[in-house]
This record gives sequence, structure tokens and C-alpha cells, in this order.
Amino acid sequence: MSTIGVVLEPQAESRVAATPETVKAIRKLGYQVLVEKGAGAKAAFPDSAYVAAGAKVGTMAATWKADIVLKVNAPTPTEIKRLKKGAILVGILSPALNPNLLKALAKQGVTALAMDAVPRISRAQSMDVLSSMANIAGYRAVVEAAHEFGRFFTGQVTAAGKVAPAKVLVAGAGVAGLAAIGSASSLGAIVRATDPRPEVADQVKSIGGEYLAVEVEEQMESSDGYAKATSKAYDKRAAEIYTEQAEDVDIIITTALIPGRPAPKLITAKDVSKMKPGSVIVDMAAAQGGNVAGSVAGKRIVTKNGVIILGYTDLPSRLPAQSSQLYGTNLVNLLKLLTPKKKGKLELDFEDVVQRSVTVVKTGEITWPPPPVQVSAAPAAKPAEPAEMPEKKKMSGRTKGGLIAAGLAALFGVVSIAPPPLPQHFLVLTLSVVVGFYVIGKVHHALHTPLMSVTNAISGIVVVAAILQVTDSILLVQILAFIGVLIASINVFGGFAVTRRMLKMFTKGDQL
Amino acid sequence: MTALAVANAAYVAAALLFIMSLAGLSKHETGRTGIRYGIAGMTIAMSATIWLTFSGEWNESTSTGFVLLLVALGAGAVFGLWRAKVVAMTGMPELIALFHSFVGLTAVLVGWNGALHTGDLAPELVGVHRAEVFIGIFIGAVTFTGSIVAYLKLSAKMSSKPLILPGRNLLNLSALIGFVALTVAYVITPELGLLIAVTVLALALGWHLVASIGGGDMPVVVSMLNSYSGWAAAATGFLLSNDLLIVTGALVGSSGAYLSYIMCRAMNRSFISVIFGGYGIEAPSESDEETGEHTEIDAAQVAEMLSSAKSVVITPGYGMAVAQAQYPVAELAKRLKEKGVEVRFGIHPVAGRLPGHMNVLLAEAKVPYDIVLEMDEINDDFPDTQVVLVIGANDTVNPAATENPGSPIAGMPVLKVWEAENVVVFKRSMASGYAGVANPLFFRQNSRMLFGDAKERVGDILKAL
Repeated sequence: MSTIGVVLEPQAESRVAATPETVKAIRKLGYQVLVEKGAGAKAAFPDSAYVAAGAKVGTMAATWKADIVLKVNAPTPTEIKRLKKGAILVGILSPALNPNLLKALAKQGVTALAMDAVPRISRAQSMDVLSSMANIAGYRAVVEAAHEFGRFFTGQVTAAGKVAPAKVLVAGAGVAGLAAIGSASSLGAIVRATDPRPEVADQVKSIGGEYLAVEVEEQMESSDGYAKATSKAYDKRAAEIYTEQAEDVDIIITTALIPGRPAPKLITAKDVSKMKPGSVIVDMAAAQGGNVAGSVAGKRIVTKNGVIILGYTDLPSRLPAQSSQLYGTNLVNLLKLLTPKKKGKLELDFEDVVQRSVTVVKTGEITWPPPPVQVSAAPAAKPAEPAEMPEKKKMSGRTKGGLIAAGLAALFGVVSIAPPPLPQHFLVLTLSVVVGFYVIGKVHHALHTPLMSVTNAISGIVVVAAILQVTDSILLVQILAFIGVLIASINVFGGFAVTRRMLKMFTKGDQL
Repeated sequence: MTALAVANAAYVAAALLFIMSLAGLSKHETGRTGIRYGIAGMTIAMSATIWLTFSGEWNESTSTGFVLLLVALGAGAVFGLWRAKVVAMTGMPELIALFHSFVGLTAVLVGWNGALHTGDLAPELVGVHRAEVFIGIFIGAVTFTGSIVAYLKLSAKMSSKPLILPGRNLLNLSALIGFVALTVAYVITPELGLLIAVTVLALALGWHLVASIGGGDMPVVVSMLNSYSGWAAAATGFLLSNDLLIVTGALVGSSGAYLSYIMCRAMNRSFISVIFGGYGIEAPSESDEETGEHTEIDAAQVAEMLSSAKSVVITPGYGMAVAQAQYPVAELAKRLKEKGVEVRFGIHPVAGRLPGHMNVLLAEAKVPYDIVLEMDEINDDFPDTQVVLVIGANDTVNPAATENPGSPIAGMPVLKVWEAENVVVFKRSMASGYAGVANPLFFRQNSRMLFGDAKERVGDILKAL
């Protein structure tokens, strides 16, 4: 049985890699849990709560010496030194940006799993820490903006005058963008959003935003679920939109990120200068270079014309209890995948694409980057039209008319040559069929079974025919008629009785 | 006023009562009145017929007939009422199929009698009469064996898999052609051999027709047989020149046809394609199925999910009938309602093995019918629903029908359960449904699987609540 260590994050980080809730789930997988003293304090999880959930509280040194160490951020060089050889470290490691970190981890002879390297495939979504953190960050970006903004978000008509609603522009409708759109619109603001992927328009609309389409002859297709760089024509039109919007809106939240590249510059210095004094920009891409000219990672900047630019990079960490819970759950889901037998023993299976992708260092060997995983997060435009939906062909008016005419002609032909009394019988038959269709067409769907059993009872009317024959002079006919009466009357009596029984069961809510 | 005139007047009244009976069944409120009209109509028709039969002079065969009639009616009534009383609601489809076979058999017997005893006929009517005999026997016999096979399949006494004979469509077609040829031959020279031949042919055709249709298409088959039984009665009416039989037969025939049409529309298939082959046959070609990993859930978690939900929709299918889970399901619905959760049922038109099957089962378990909604009534509400419980349904909730144009069930209207926040699927295993189509619903993000017997699992949830 392995021990899992949950270590205290350095000063600036308020999150913790496990909460008492997730500790319980980890314990269920068969692991021992050791939590460093005070690890959850900043996220409002006291040590006693961990103990109550079945964990032990230990010193820093002891926790780092655990078989598996759970962390939030990438470890510092000093921290790496504390790991024991052969240990497994799990955290948000940004392997693409930190080649030195991977080298240091490899040198220490440990295995490192990067939570941010989880591939974007459906079954791995429960471990997708980028999504879960982006969701929190999007929410917090709106809260930060609201905090700085000197006015209401929602429009109001008060005794003291009318208040116009705030206008918010969200650049990028990924997970963070959508969370920001939802939060801002629920505060009452008018929210607009841009994104190079036109398929997000519906998602934007569904949470209360307005999608600003960049109309150029080009469609973004994304085969791995992330946005890609855009073309020149597109960029030009997009820049115009941002310039137009900057003059109009009060708050801009930018979330545009392209994996493995610096963040695209969306809002120029000129755009910023056109914004009204007191406007707020939250640049959520500040850590990757920023979407906004003049934003500084981790800082609050006020421009000459009084626009506040927030470049906070620790947005999820500003909601520590929430983000720890979600991150912890992501970790538990990964551990579940890695602990198939639930006996507290972690097994890495490189055949599994998720496990292969997250493993960036394996016992001293760098295994990054993994072979690419091609998944279609959003279905690409379909190649031509693959076989039409086999929908039933609607009869054209003409064919229908033709069929009716043919039917009438056939009926006419039969009846005109038929000797009496057949014509009367045909008249009765056709009229009854028509009446039958009209009557049945109105029957409530729930009563189809009773309808069927009552028509069944009624079709027992053939008993009449058998009764007429039962007095025949031929004995064989009499016997056959006898059998006929017998079984047809089973039908009549049984059919009516069972229908009555059924109908008695149907009761309306207020009759109970 | 002759006996015949009285009988004819009575028949008019009876026919009207039957129409009113069917009209009454269109609503829950008037359903019971409808039944009364039907019983009244039947009583009038039978009394008038009996009076007509025995009002003439009495001789030996009349007295024998009277005794036979009393015995037959008495025995039939006792047996029929007994069956109706003891049948379980899950056994409704079988019972109805069995009853259909009785109508078919009676029509055959009446047809034979018509052939054995022609009576006095105008010379120009002799040929017509012979043709009527054949048509009556043919429809009756097809209904008879078809219903018997349906009964056997529904009561699991016979495999519900479609029987696939080589060239089965050709077989059916040649049976029809054979019937026409035999009829023509019989009209020219009425021989007993031809009569036997046509009966055997029709019996075989009825058997084969239904044997080649799979279990999931049974709603269509049962309503189709319902229709046939009506036409059989109508054909008998022609034979005996009896307008009441024609009216009633036509009513039943058109009602069955209409129900079949509704069922077919609900599966987006033409009537012809149901009759001439189930789609279980072409289905397994789909190899690039969307597969993936499903997520399991336990009863306690479902209970928690349900009690924190605002709106819950339950979509039952044939599996609920098999597991006899309607009582615990109803109890669950009641319990949740007491907790202030809005609970509704969404019923697909072809859920179960009989049109309206689920409604009857839920009604039996005392689920108020105003929370049991049809597919079209509830489909738009799924996005506002927190939890959907899929109990024993599969193809009727398969997203492939709307999303995958290559799927064998593409275009079939389905319950869009996947639009809800959470879907809990009760299932015995990961096997595919009747249509043999894998269900991508199980691998959706918001889907959770609860494995095991539906009845036990619902019981577990009730305990956990």
C-alpha cells in the first residue's frame, strides 16, 4: 500500500492538492494519505478536517518522502531535491514551457505526471484540470473587474435616476471565456463575445452573451479542441472589431491562448487609449505574454487615461476552497484511472493514451512530448454529405392525388359490376372505414392499449355470424359454429372485462 | 314486423353504439362510458341475433343449436372473464394477441361453414359467394396463425428473433399469387381440396409473416393483427350479407391500421418495411461505432442526485415490464413528489410491446396519468431537467437516431434524454438494444450507468432516500 503525500504550497499559492472530501475518495482507492501540517489552511481546510477524513498530518520532510506526492504548481529546484528516488509527483507542470524542470525531475529519478497534459478526449474530461481551473478563473475575472469597476453591472431605474447597464466584451469563448460570459450576464451586464471558432456561437448565446462573428472567408477547424492561430485577413477584421468595441464597452476580459505559443495580441495600446476612463481590462493571458498591450503579469496597471488593466495570473488561487476542491477531484479521477485494482498500488499503462500523455518523466527518463492524440472535440465540417438521412419520402401532391383517383376508380369498377346486395355492402364498408379513421385519430396516446382491447372485444362480433350458423341442418356446420361461438365469446367477454379493468387503473393526480 | 327487420334495426343501434364506444375511449374521462356503450352494443347485437336465429320454427337442429349456443356462450364467458381477471398487466400484449387469434379462427370456421352450406343463392351470386368464402378464410387464417406466433413470441415461448428464410419476400408474394389462383379455381369449380389448400396456404403465410418480424416490432405487429381481425370480421359480413359485421369489422380494421401507422411513424419506418423484415438484420454492419468508457454510479449516489434535483423525468421501456419494476418506480415517483421534486414520465410511442403498454403498466401502479407524457410533449423539456432515469429503454433514447445519418435507426424520433443535465441508465449489461445498434448515450459525459435488475436497483434507491 502506497502513501500519498499532500504538501503545502509555497507562499503565493492558496490552493491545496487535496481537500478532506477528496482525501476520503483517495482512501477508498486503498492509499494512505499524509497531509503536511497547515497545507489546507489558506483554502480554509484545517488539519483537523483532514484527520477526520482519514488522513494523517505530518511534517514537511515526511510528506515529501511519500511514495506519491500531490502538488498544485510545479515544484521549485529545492523542492525537487526533497523527493525520494522512484517517487511519483503529480501537479500542473507546464512541460512545454519548462524543459529545465523536466530535466531536474529526471535527474532526481522520479516519475512526474503533468495534470495539464491530459489529452482533450471525452473520457479524460473528468481529469481536465485546465478546464476546471479555467472555469474558476473566468468567474473570478468578472469578480475582479466588478471590484475595480465604479458602477453597477446591471441597469436600473431608481428614484435617483436611471443607471445604464455595463457593457462587457469577452475575447475568446473557451471554458474561461464562457464562464466569464455567464458570470457577467448573470450580474446583469450586456455581454458580447468574440472567438475564431464560429461553432461556439450557440454556446455563447445559451449563457446570455451575444456572439460577434468575424466575417471573413475562412473557417477555423480545430482537431484537438484548442484554438489555433488565425489568418491575416481574419486578424485584420478582428482588429477592427476590437477597435470598435473598445470605444463602446466598459469592461474587456481577454482569454485568448494558443497552446505552446505566446498569447495573441488582441487589444492594442491605441484601443486601450480609446476606452472610457474607469474602464477595466482583465487580461487572463498575462502569464503567457498577454492579449492586451500594456498588461503586466500579476500586476494592476492604471493607464494615463484612467483604464485599469489587471494582469493577475493567480485567478483560480483567489478562490482557494473552490479550486482546491475541483483540482482535488481531477486528481482523484486520475488516481482512479491509475489504480484499477483499488488496492493502493499505482500502475502506469503506457498503452492507455491518457496515462501516456500525462507522464512527462518516467523513473528518470523524459517522456515528453507524447505522441499526438487526434481527437475531434468539436465535429469538423462533414466531408461532403455522407448519405442522406433515410427520411421517408413525402408523397408529392400529384402522386397522392393519383393514388386516390386510382383507388376510387378500382372501387367504382368493382361496385359497378357487382350484383346486389354487394354495392350496399361496399357503401357501408367504405363509410365505416372513414368513420373509424376519424374516431381513432382522436384517441389519446395513453389509451392505445385499452383501445386495442376494446376493438378486440368488438371484433368478437363475428360471434354473430357463428350464432346464425349454429342452427344449421348439417351437423358438421353446427359443430364448427359451436367452436366459433365459444372462442368468439371468449373474446367478447374477456375483451370488455380486461378493458374495464385497465380503465379503472387510470387515475388522475388529484383523485389519489 | 319480422324478426329480420327487428334484427336489422338492432344492428343499426349496435353499430352506432360501437362508434360511440370508440369515440369515448379518446379521453381518460370518458373511457369508462365508452366501455359501457360497447357492452350495450354487443348485448343488443347478440340478443337480436339469437332472437333472429331462434324465432322461426323449432326442429331438431334448432334445439341442438340452442343447447350448443348456451354451452358455448357460457363456457366462453367464464373462460374469457377468468383470463381477463387474472392477467398481469405486463402480460397484456400476449393476451391481446391470443384474443386476435380467436377472431381469426372464428372467421375461418364461419367461412368453412359458408362453403359447406351454401343455402339458396341467386345464380349470379354463387361465384361471388365462393370468392367471399375464400377471402374470409384467407384473412381469418392469416390472422389466426399470425396472432398465435405473436402470442408465442410475446410470452417468450418462442424466440423473438426474426426468422429469416431465404427469399422470404418471394415466399410471401407467391403465397398471395397462389391465393388469387386458388380463388379463381374455386369460383369455377368448388372443390373441397381447394378449400383445404387455401386454408393451409393462409395459415402458413400468417405464421411466416409474423415469425420473420423481431420482438421490438411487436407493437406494429399486434396493431396490424388487430386490423386484420377487423377485416376478417368484415369479410364474414360480406359472406353472410350482414351489415353489422361489415361496419364493426371496418371500424376495427381501420383502427388497427391507424395504430400501425402511428407506430411506424414513431420508428420512422414504412409499414412495408416492418412487415417485410426487421432491421435487426442489416444493423451489425456498423463497425465504426462510437464506443468509449461508461461511468458507473451506485444507488446511493442516484438517490442523492434525485433529492437535490428540481425536475426529474423517467423514461421507461420494455425492460421495466420485464423486470416488473413498475411498482417500485411508481413508489419512487411518489416519494420524490413528496419531497417537492417535479417528476414526470416520458413515453416513447413504441416503448414496450404494445401501443400504450407503458401507460397501462404505470396506471396499474397508480401513477397519475397527467404526469405521464408523450414523447412530443416532453422532448423540449429535457434541457431544463436535472435528472433523467432511463429504465429498461435503449433504442428509444439513442442519440444515434438523430446524430448519425449512417445509423440503422437514423431518423427515428427519439426521446432526447441526453439534453438533460444528468442521465442515469438502468441496465442489466452493456448489450445493445433490440435494433442491435450500439447506444452512444451510455458513453456520454452526463450519463451514468446503474447496472443490475431494474426492480432491485429502484428498491435500493428507495432505501437510500
